[in-house]
Amino acid sequence: METGWDTAMDRVVRHSVELLSEQGPSALGFYTTGQLFLEEYYTLAMIAHGAIGTNHVDGNTRLCTATAAAALKESFGCDGQPGSYSDVDHADVIALYGHNVAETQTVLWMRMLDRLAGPNPPKLICVDPRETPAARVATVHLAPLPGTNVALMNGILHEIIRNDRVDHDYVAAHTVGYEELAKQVEDYPPDRVAEICQVPAEQIRDAARILGAARRLLSTVLQGFYQSHQATAAAVQVNNVHLIRGMLGKPGAGILQMNGQPTAQNTRECGADGDMAGFRNWANDSHVAELARLWNVEQTQIPHYSPPTHLMQIMRYVEQGTIRFLWVSGTNPAVSLPELHRIRSILSQRRLFLVVQDLFLTETAELADVVLPAATWAEKTGTFTNADRTVHLSEKAVEPPGQARPDLDIFLDYARRMDFRDKDGQPLPPWHDAESAFEAWKRCSAGRPCDYTGLSYAKLRGGSGIQWPCTAEHPEGTERLYVEGRFWSAPEYCESYGKDLVTGAPLEPTEYRALNPAGKAVIKAAEYLPPHEPSSEEFPLHLITGRTLFHFHTRTKTGRAPQLQAAAPEVWVEMSVKDADNQGIGEGDVVEISSARGAIRAQVRVSGIREGVVFVPFHYGYWDASDAEHQRAANELTITDWDPVSKQPIFKTAAVCVSRVGVGDGNAAPAPTNTASRPVTADAPATCGGPAATADEQPAPAGGVR
Amino acid sequence: MKLDLVLRELHAAESSLADELVKVADRHKVDHEIYHVARDLARWSQQHVHELTEVGRHYGLSLKDEAQPDAGLLSSVRNKASELAGRRPEPGLLLLRDLRRLHRIAAGVSLDWELLAQGAQATRDSALLALAKRCHPQSLRQMRWANAMLKTISPQILAS
Repeated sequence: METGWDTAMDRVVRHSVELLSEQGPSALGFYTTGQLFLEEYYTLAMIAHGAIGTNHVDGNTRLCTATAAAALKESFGCDGQPGSYSDVDHADVIALYGHNVAETQTVLWMRMLDRLAGPNPPKLICVDPRETPAARVATVHLAPLPGTNVALMNGILHEIIRNDRVDHDYVAAHTVGYEELAKQVEDYPPDRVAEICQVPAEQIRDAARILGAARRLLSTVLQGFYQSHQATAAAVQVNNVHLIRGMLGKPGAGILQMNGQPTAQNTRECGADGDMAGFRNWANDSHVAELARLWNVEQTQIPHYSPPTHLMQIMRYVEQGTIRFLWVSGTNPAVSLPELHRIRSILSQRRLFLVVQDLFLTETAELADVVLPAATWAEKTGTFTNADRTVHLSEKAVEPPGQARPDLDIFLDYARRMDFRDKDGQPLPPWHDAESAFEAWKRCSAGRPCDYTGLSYAKLRGGSGIQWPCTAEHPEGTERLYVEGRFWSAPEYCESYGKDLVTGAPLEPTEYRALNPAGKAVIKAAEYLPPHEPSSEEFPLHLITGRTLFHFHTRTKTGRAPQLQAAAPEVWVEMSVKDADNQGIGEGDVVEISSARGAIRAQVRVSGIREGVVFVPFHYGYWDASDAEHQRAANELTITDWDPVSKQPIFKTAAVCVSRVGVGDGNAAPAPTNTASRPVTADAPATCGGPAATADEQPAPAGGVR
Repeated sequence: MKLDLVLRELHAAESSLADELVKVADRHKVDHEIYHVARDLARWSQQHVHELTEVGRHYGLSLKDEAQPDAGLLSSVRNKASELAGRRPEPGLLLLRDLRRLHRIAAGVSLDWELLAQGAQATRDSALLALAKRCHPQSLRQMRWANAMLKTISPQILAS
């Protein structure tokens, strides 16, 4: 039933107040996104952690970038991207670990293509079970079995150490833990790793030789590692390659632990995703005290008796009925979380009060008690920071449609109606618009790694983006972190004391102090553990899910863009030639894909994916499905399991079987042909833009103002 | 020399830790992190039991290498019970009790490894000392895990 803002917000406020008096802050949870603006995350973080005092606030960055943050914390004591996109211009070796850059970061890929087509092209190493556009032009393409990344990385490290391509001076001066790593990877000679990962041993040696000979090594990591078994342990081994080779803090020598969403970095630094604002350490009392002073609230008001609750645990508390109010902003868990029949049953409970704030009526909004229409970028003003710490100002260009409001206004409206106050009775949060929120954030970031104090809206209007930290001493920002091997890992300063890479148990402050008293980088070794759901006779294939170039998340936006929709209109499943032949399946045939959790139907694209693995894009939910059956979303199949360190759900290690239910109508699968899903046969119609994609433009004269 | 006594004790303690980890995993199948990590950690104890059985032979012991994953009927019953109670808050308290118990068992195992290491040093038994050095850190990690999970999930269970 449609209603006005007053009625809707009153209902949200009434429920909040009732639950706060009945159970307290632990009854309320917030689940946000990686697509709002910095100011909105900071506002939400203060409302949740400071004003209400609940520990239950996370972002869907949990699904995309939690492992990036976790891996950086493990190796460097703190979040913060070491490298810069400009490293692409200098590197002589680029290694892409589970990063289908051509489809997930197209502009970055163009920058790499420039290098590959120019003089002195870099060597390219690509780790991906699919034949991605990058894999096709790679010097070495490794296609390991899903869930074996730690074994692969240990094999590569084994070879680098065996060939003594180690920068021993750097290791001695700037790191701790090298001996442990050398001992651990001794057990991973290429021949053993080849068996575990099912890749040729010679390829592992080749890759290690190239990495060992690199003079300016750039590594990027994404979901092939982050959403797979032993996610953080694997991503940390990439950091280890750089640490033992001394490849940090100089042009071309960088690490990009990538993000999947435009403002995921802001979710992390503002503390709206299971971190504390300003990369503060929840386990360090003096950090929490500082935050309490900044917010002018009692220190006990900010929960810090345990780590902020991660999303999958929030869902468990909702399932058990101890979280009874969940406010979801800008994300669609009813399609994006694993094991969807479970998620639907959790979110449909009558005892749960579900608020959904989004641009469109998503599958999750369909289950909500209150739906709040939100504005999107270009309809509101705020800052966003990309994966290499570059801060941009995004200004409002048009009015939001209908009654939609900026997320910031909605959060502030809630705070005012709840009448949140600080210790002196002043309104909390004290700011009233985007720019005043940004100024408050600057004070919160002061002295922390993500220092914004040298920035202002006026300054951001002047250029095309500035990389933090940006301070009075570094007014033009900072291109690379960790120059000269200086880290933010001192025990009193670091964001995290680290965790056990297998159990996820946090280190105690005293343990960390003993391990790393001088604030060096931490080389952390990890043993390989077999995946939790191996293939079996019943489910002989490994399922991985992922993105295609033409869609984003659950197609809430891209499914409504006609050209994007036309390029990838319907779900498909990719199979290798051999697996398809074994079952007599051909391009375009309709199959059922089943796991222990459920089953979906899709047309088959026979592609260059490795044998034993099938791929299903995760974009397709039910808002525009042709029937009411739940037979389309990849997450009907996925397992509920997450990395114990980063708490990122595992979408790329599940066992499935495929069976043919219908012969195709002669048409190819509805999958794009110019991406990793390129067909092996040539008779599929080529994906192209058509007349609507062409534009006439007069190029500006060379050297002109951009 | 009483090293055989320590080995026998340790073997029994590791066996029961392996067993308990698998049982806790089954009982809390719908607490997915507990389920998966407890099973991973049970594998460590199963491996320790195996190594102790091997080494025991040199001390005239015939210990059973029997800490196999329990995949029988009882396991499925525990799984099912966990799923049926999945919507209720009470299993939370049961989980706290189970983690507390796991911590105590792992602490006992850890102390036994320490005894073994001390005895091995006093008798200059380098093979036994190496075994203790390899396995003891994993007992400590099992213990810390139980402690950490207890610390993380208890606030919500106790406050709601």
